[in-house]
Amino acid sequence: MSPILVIEQVLNGLQSGVMLFLMAAGLTLIFGVMGLINLAHGALYMIGAFAAAAVAGATGSFLLGLVAALTASAAAGALIEASVLRRLYGRDHLDQVLATFALILILSEGTRWLFGSFPLYLDIPDWLSGPVRLPGGIRYPLYRLAIIGIGLLVALGLFALISRTRIGIRIRAGEADREMIGALGVNISVLYTLVFALGAALAGLAGALIGAIQSVQVGMGEPVMILAFVVIVIGGIGSIRGALVGALLVGLTDTLGRIFLPMLFGLFMEPTAATTTGSALASMSIYILMAAVLLVKPTGLYGSAG
Amino acid sequence: MTEPMTEPVSAPVLEVRGLSKAFGALVASRNISLDLRPGEIHALIGPNGAGKSTLIAQIAGELMPDRGEVWLGGQEVTGWSTAARARAGLARTFQISSLAMEMTVLQNAVLGALGARGKVMRFFAPVLGDRALVERAMAALEAVGLQDLAALRVAELSHGQRRQLEVAVALTLAPKAFLMDEPMAGLGTSGSRRLTGFLDGLRERAPILLIEHDMDAVFALADRVSVLVGGEIIATGSAAEIRGDARVQEAYLGEEAGGEAVP
Amino acid sequence: MGGRRETMVNALLLAGLLAVPLWALWADEPFTITLATRVAILALAGVGLNLALGTGGLVSFGHAVFFGIGGYAMGILAFHAQNYTPLIEALSIPGTKSMPVIWAVAVLASALVALVIGALSLRTSGVYFIMITLAFGQMFYYFTISWPAYGGEDGMSIYLRNSFPGVNTLVPFNFFAISYALLLAVLLLVGRLMRAPFGLALSAARQNEARLRAVGIDPYRLRLSAFTLSGAITGLAGALYADLNRFVSPSMFSWQTSGEIMVFVILGGVGRLFGPVAGAALFILLEHFLGGISEYWHIFLGALLLGVVLFARGGLIGMLAGEEVAHD
Repeated sequence: MSPILVIEQVLNGLQSGVMLFLMAAGLTLIFGVMGLINLAHGALYMIGAFAAAAVAGATGSFLLGLVAALTASAAAGALIEASVLRRLYGRDHLDQVLATFALILILSEGTRWLFGSFPLYLDIPDWLSGPVRLPGGIRYPLYRLAIIGIGLLVALGLFALISRTRIGIRIRAGEADREMIGALGVNISVLYTLVFALGAALAGLAGALIGAIQSVQVGMGEPVMILAFVVIVIGGIGSIRGALVGALLVGLTDTLGRIFLPMLFGLFMEPTAATTTGSALASMSIYILMAAVLLVKPTGLYGSAG
Repeated sequence: MTEPMTEPVSAPVLEVRGLSKAFGALVASRNISLDLRPGEIHALIGPNGAGKSTLIAQIAGELMPDRGEVWLGGQEVTGWSTAARARAGLARTFQISSLAMEMTVLQNAVLGALGARGKVMRFFAPVLGDRALVERAMAALEAVGLQDLAALRVAELSHGQRRQLEVAVALTLAPKAFLMDEPMAGLGTSGSRRLTGFLDGLRERAPILLIEHDMDAVFALADRVSVLVGGEIIATGSAAEIRGDARVQEAYLGEEAGGEAVP
Repeated sequence: MGGRRETMVNALLLAGLLAVPLWALWADEPFTITLATRVAILALAGVGLNLALGTGGLVSFGHAVFFGIGGYAMGILAFHAQNYTPLIEALSIPGTKSMPVIWAVAVLASALVALVIGALSLRTSGVYFIMITLAFGQMFYYFTISWPAYGGEDGMSIYLRNSFPGVNTLVPFNFFAISYALLLAVLLLVGRLMRAPFGLALSAARQNEARLRAVGIDPYRLRLSAFTLSGAITGLAGALYADLNRFVSPSMFSWQTSGEIMVFVILGGVGRLFGPVAGAALFILLEHFLGGISEYWHIFLGALLLGVVLFARGGLIGMLAGEEVAHD
């Protein structure tokens, strides 16, 4: 177990963690402000990835692809908020789950109808490809490093938005008291659409960035979204800070578990059995982490009341 | 030395000893002690924000006090859950009617009888076929005058009828003590007068700790009145004593009505 | 249960579900019998979920776990029996092809898993509960993919349908009859349970938890029992479903499976005993006819589901039998 391998894997874990944060931040923001559980968040991630792949493929520009991803997912988010989800804010969680599940079906099949069942590919642009040499002689893909950078920048931006700006104050007021903010004369339905579009754009950005590492296909969003659920259960629903901490915990646990658990079992088991047991356990590690957090703090690390 | 001989007779059914609770800097209960003796109605009054809700929550077991004890029927129940206190004989009614809205009036009363009997994990025999349960539920409905509405859904009841059903469900528990949180809330004059008459007779079954805003009802019913202001009990005594108490006049009644509220 | 009209709708549903395969038997349409068998089995899975979701108000988005556990209980037992390898080597316990034994194992195993998942998840409520059950579903999904002993990602095939004493299960109608009989038995059981003290208290826990506590009943034990029972029923359905397809794979554990079981319950009518029967029948009909018209029939399913959620909360049975959910 060389230190280089450990550092590489920690970086991989960070990369996966910050992408999870982009998803979890949107989910937790939307739940915190509107009280809505949005299962279709993964579909917005997928829409971002498809928009990026299609536009980058047609124009040859990765940056234009990113712009397209942000625009398409924010627009799709605003559209479904204004047409469907707005009717669900006062309803119980079961209705929200079902309606957003229905939206997954519609958006996924719609995308399949538009783009077909074969995966698309989004290429890493030349200026971000290849490895960089880090201090200590570690070679690490520049693109993944860039993803970590972008994710952390977005996190900073979000914290600044929430704590420093007028819209952030409105968002926090919306969390605290829906009626009060209405009485203050803030146009609450516009605010809600904006918050939803912001969450959607974050998901779309994550989809586009990951789309260049993995293939872009229908159904890519839901596994990530469920991981993001694990993140906010661990972090505490409604807390952006909880989402960041939870995302990094989950990203690191998952990535490191996959590499090191089989190695760990290899110390006292025969190689095949160690690989099998280690990777089976690794596939469960984040859920075990979630269960452990629940046993100690049922409302998550930074959660308030359940 | 004859006192210990008579004490069991008047030993309190429900007792609160030195209860304190703070939320951050806000002290909601400050060293509160009060008791409820057999056969009495003990009213708890106080202006809004005096800490009545917090006190009820601690007596019912929804909220744990920072310090102090709650005793019920000679047992300390401070750490017990709400359900455990109910099983031990504390029957409460809620300020806002708290019933199973989709169920019928009878089913709500049967639920109470079921809770009192305790054997909930029965999976086969129809609950409405259990004569003992249904009879107990019907007796409680009759006591409050709802027997003819037994088959209606709660959603179809008027506000006043829901208040009556709250009391009926409490009755099915055959409790040692009642904890009633503003039972008159939202009732019209005739409704409160009727409920006042009913509660008057109820004290024979079990004593009532009555939290109430309706001063007519309080002074008509209460054997003793305690006044809660700013998280503290500032006076306890008979209705007449409380009416005449200068501190009560000043702290509670004086401000808003200049004493006129006291008949 | 409920109004006379709902009772009639229920009876018609059951009669229809029996009449279609009887007709198919006469017309020699074995595929239609298979469709009816799927309806009966998926309805059974939905009846399980409906106990937790409809009666208990526990929005579980992880019932695929129990469906999958039931399926794999069948798969693993039959796999060892068909390969003549012991199930547990140290104790030389063999596999089995006997349906009753498989069902018993499926029910016990899924009940046990439901007990553990329930005990953890019921520490929370609301949105947390939904997300956690969904997450536990994914955990089992990824575990079966990464565990190679029983086919891993590819799943495994069972070559012959399992046996039932005195019945030739290879005849499609016979297997339908078995599934139908189990569905009836479970409906009867759950119907009784909903009227029993347990059902009354469970339903009260959904409608008003504070009221339940105030009469001295703790909701946790009730809910955990309901969740366990609910998982056991869905597990039984999973074992039957695996037997119908003679195939098990990790997709039985997928979140889509959880979603579909939930869709049966909703399309039919939440909290209505026969809701899942109507919902599963409608689902299979849609899949068969719309799926024949368009490859993208899920778009229509999604639109229909959205319509039901937004405008017709009673589901199919609600539309046929009147709006209000019956409770006595």
